[in-house]
Amino acid sequence: MKPSAFAYHRPGTVDEAVATLAGVGDDGKVLAGGQSLVPMLNMRLAAPAHLVDVNRVDGLDEVRVVDDGAGASVRVGAAARHTDVEHDAEVAAVLPLLRQALEHVAHPTIRNRGTTVGSLVHADPAAELNAVLALLGGSVTLRSTTGSRVVNASELVTGPMQTCLRPDELATEAAFPVPQGHTGTAWTEVSRRAGDYAVCGVGVLVTVDDELRVRSARAAYVSMGPVPEVLDLTEPVAGIAAGGARPDEWAAAGRLATARLEPDDDIHATAAYRGHLAGVLTARAARAAAERAVARAGDTTGAST
Amino acid sequence: MTTRTVGEPIARREDPRLLTGQGRYLDDIGHDALAAAFVRSPHAHARIVDVDVTDALDVDGLVAIYTHEDLPGRVGEPLPVLIPHAALTEPRTPYALARDEVNHVGEAVVMVVATGRDVAEDVCERIRVEYDFLPPVVGIESSRDAAALVHDDVPGNVSAHLVQEVGDARAAVDAAPHVVELDLEIERSASTPLEGKGVHARWDADDRSLRVYTSTQASTSVRAAVAAKLELPPDRVEVIAPDVGGGFGVKIVHPWPEEVLVPWAAIRLGREVKWTEDRREHFVSAAHERGQLQHVRAGFDDDGRVLGLDVTFWHDNGAYTPYGIIVPIVTSTQLLGPYKPGAYRVEFSSLYTNTVTVTPYRGAGRPQGCFAMERTMDAIAAELGLDRTVVRERNFIQPDEMPYDHGLTFQDGRPLIYDSGDFPATLAKLRKLVGWDEFETYRDQARAQGRRVGIGIGCYVEGTGVGPYEGGFVKVETDGTVVVATGLTTQGQGHQTVFAQVVADELGVGVDRVAVTTGDTRRFGYAVGTFASRAAVMSGNAVALAARRVREKALRVAGEALEADPRDLEIVDGEVRVKGTPGATIPLTTVAVLSNPLRYAFDAETERATQFASPGDPDQPPVADDDEPGLQGTDYYSPPRSTFANGMHAAIVETDPETAEISILRYCVVHDCGTLLNPRLVEGQIHGGVAQGVGGALYERMVYDDAGQLVNASFMDFLMPYATEVPAIEIDHLQTPSPLNPLGVKGAGEAGVIPVSAVLAAAIEDAEGIRVTRMPMSPSELHHLRERSTNEEGPRR
Ligand SMILES: Cc1cc2nc3c(=O)[nH]c(=O)nc-3n(C[C@H](O)[C@H](O)[C@H](O)COP(=O)(O)OP(=O)(O)OC[C@H]3O[C@@H](n4cnc5c(N)ncnc54)[C@H](O)[C@@H]3O)c2cc1C
Repeated sequence: MKPSAFAYHRPGTVDEAVATLAGVGDDGKVLAGGQSLVPMLNMRLAAPAHLVDVNRVDGLDEVRVVDDGAGASVRVGAAARHTDVEHDAEVAAVLPLLRQALEHVAHPTIRNRGTTVGSLVHADPAAELNAVLALLGGSVTLRSTTGSRVVNASELVTGPMQTCLRPDELATEAAFPVPQGHTGTAWTEVSRRAGDYAVCGVGVLVTVDDELRVRSARAAYVSMGPVPEVLDLTEPVAGIAAGGARPDEWAAAGRLATARLEPDDDIHATAAYRGHLAGVLTARAARAAAERAVARAGDTTGAST
Repeated sequence: MTTRTVGEPIARREDPRLLTGQGRYLDDIGHDALAAAFVRSPHAHARIVDVDVTDALDVDGLVAIYTHEDLPGRVGEPLPVLIPHAALTEPRTPYALARDEVNHVGEAVVMVVATGRDVAEDVCERIRVEYDFLPPVVGIESSRDAAALVHDDVPGNVSAHLVQEVGDARAAVDAAPHVVELDLEIERSASTPLEGKGVHARWDADDRSLRVYTSTQASTSVRAAVAAKLELPPDRVEVIAPDVGGGFGVKIVHPWPEEVLVPWAAIRLGREVKWTEDRREHFVSAAHERGQLQHVRAGFDDDGRVLGLDVTFWHDNGAYTPYGIIVPIVTSTQLLGPYKPGAYRVEFSSLYTNTVTVTPYRGAGRPQGCFAMERTMDAIAAELGLDRTVVRERNFIQPDEMPYDHGLTFQDGRPLIYDSGDFPATLAKLRKLVGWDEFETYRDQARAQGRRVGIGIGCYVEGTGVGPYEGGFVKVETDGTVVVATGLTTQGQGHQTVFAQVVADELGVGVDRVAVTTGDTRRFGYAVGTFASRAAVMSGNAVALAARRVREKALRVAGEALEADPRDLEIVDGEVRVKGTPGATIPLTTVAVLSNPLRYAFDAETERATQFASPGDPDQPPVADDDEPGLQGTDYYSPPRSTFANGMHAAIVETDPETAEISILRYCVVHDCGTLLNPRLVEGQIHGGVAQGVGGALYERMVYDDAGQLVNASFMDFLMPYATEVPAIEIDHLQTPSPLNPLGVKGAGEAGVIPVSAVLAAAIEDAEGIRVTRMPMSPSELHHLRERSTNEEGPRR
């Protein structure tokens, strides 16, 4: 389990990095945290002739909350680690879903090295952050020597471990929009061992109105299909009391999820069990998200009086 | 008296070295060695048609490519059947490199030697092997059906068939007032040490000697095997086990193909050669264990006493039988645990499949036997509506029946006789520890909160310390260092600590003065190996006996110097002194000096020991006829038969009513391994064993598809439990000394793992109210078990 020989490049700027990528063509790979790429090299599932290490590229390690008029968003640079995002207090305050999901991404030691952007462009169908990006309608910025483009979550991921990136493109930043209104979020998942990729994972975003009734509910799933699945759950739960609903009212959202999703079997779980889990976890996450929405609505009302 | 250390929970002396990265494992040796890698079969069953190396020849750094054709003499013959047995009528072993047929994915076909491992792997990728496919036999059922054969000259795929019977068990079952019948299944798992195998060899052409480092559990036997294969005098072969990062059984098998091929290539090339197994190789080419199907019939009376027990099981031995049929023999004999059925019949068939070979993994057949017996006990209790501990107690062998002869033949070929144990006392302690009698109250409270909990229990007896022997060497150096050597190996158990404790106490010196070497044929030539929970029993007693010899000589020499009767002497803190006479002392270092009359004085110490300085009788030789120079001794310990440890575990689990996730809330162990040499080490062994048991019960399995591909051959998909999955373990001890050996000890190495699948199956069954007959159990499987049981019986509780 030793990789075959490769040339190693360590650019210092984004321009240099994209120039290097353009120079090596199809034979190059970006090396970020290496948590997914290095095992693939060792197992010889990938054998690029060139590795372009972006860990020392200037200005890529930032995590910022930006409000550019069109609404606030969390911007994560390509060299920022999962840990940086997870432990950023400002991010946790405006967009708690990131921390809620990141706590389920692998183990702390892997989060210390693995990058959030690397995870997005790796596009594992079990990756929490792709589902978060999809749920929030976020996007990723891609740079090459010929220019820059912004692709949204559904454009980015074209299949399991497949993206729209060209070999000469570097993902420089991800943008996670902060949802408007009284919202609450929750992430819940079942994995075989703590920190493993989920057997089924779900993130839910609930918006409540001023009467604290559910206005809308959306969910995104991992390990339930080849790409992150986003479902609108509003129909069965619209108008219910977000803080005091009965479990069976949330179960309706779960039933919708079970009916809509078409997961596969694998060695850890059958499709039927996954479908069942999606129902249970959707109801649990929706309820938790709604309760948080109520609490946040209370906070904002409190602050404005 | 020097403070005694035996029985004290002193910290492991090896840990500072290992924890600060000072360990020296196989891959730390021989940085400049050539690297070996192997082309392994990608098919489960195929004939080799052609090996084409053309594309590989121009890779820079390639040194050699070998196939079976290149292997001379004995190197090219099949590997040995290490433990033949009369019932093993069709033993088969592989060639070091496959000759014309491959029988499992991962079997080595071509050996490549190159300047580095990466280069060797580049070469492997370019070698084309052409195969003709044969039908693969995967799983016990398809082996039993025998529609296809693994070895075309082995009818029915049966390597061995054995029946043992005490009394007329079938008649007893038929005549019994109640009968339960169970079909049970245990899936495969594996030792999975974090350090895989590895071999480094260096040939000294001038000295005509070979040094082999190998990550093994049996260095002396590897030496004998390598010498035999390479037709070298054993005297010219040294084998050393460096630090070994876990073994758990897989490294007792020898010689592995690589243990023959790497030294052979080193001699042939006249260069150092090293092979370090990678994780995928370990999964597909080392060894697995556990897989069995079992059918149990038990007849019992109204009190739950077993009148007849009739067990048939089918054991998956994989593609070959290099280690004989130890695993099913152990299952068949240790199944009985602490119980005494009126009559017992056991029959097993050991079956070939086109999968990785099965050899002992910690527990070595006992977890399967315990599963069969304990599932039966629970089924009897359920049938009669009795408390599960009560049924067990009624079937226990009682303390006054010890030693207890089962009338069966054990794995060592000796009668199965339990030497000691107090099973009722062990059970009483466990009931108290886990709160057995209060559990129903707890269950009710949990149920009121919508939670589902269950409790399970499992009992086992473990034959430990099998012979034939181990030896110990003890020497007091003139600087006061006490050097100890024993031939068996260490793979993390803490032998540097525990053997030092034993010797320190015998010699009256501090543990810190004692240095222990294991598994190095340069230091001790005769040994068997580290397996079957035997190190403390065998080498522990051997080093104790050797130390007693040294002590005896020290007292004699000191007696002459002090002009005292040796019987009046004692050794305290490294000084020999006359009991009750302050000041009449002589340091052990001086005794060591005196015990070796020298010719040359090269320092102050030795000046006092030259033959001219020594007083003594001028008419006697400086070394008496029946004496030898130096303060040292060698002795061997060889027991009449195994000593039997026992234990009982209980677990409380919670199952999520919706997601079917299973969590262990409490895990309690009561354990009796005789005299405790070091409770901390024993508890460490129990922790490790329980952790592996939890893996086997809830997480690990070897997933073969129908084509014989191991689809989860990585730590990503083979779910070894993390620390997060292993519960806190509560332990209580009983100490029923073994009457068979001087220290009164029994083995403890494997105990922790044995009953875990049985215990967790029982606890899940208790939580769910659904009978559990196969392990491991994942949440997905529990979910489907619930669905099936709802469909069959309507909603439960
Ligand atoms: C044991 C383990 C458990 C894990 N569990 C989870 C889990 O539960 N959930 C989860 O989501 N992830 C999990 N991961 C994956 C982890 O999150 C990875 O860190 C992440 O998927 C990839 O990030 P990285 O920075 O390590 O990327 P790398 O490994 O460096 O790269 C991954 C891929 O993305 C490409 N790439 C990386 N950055 C860029 C860029 N800026 N532009 C263009 N291409 C780029 C690389 O070329 C490569 O193809 C786990 C990993 C391990 C080892």
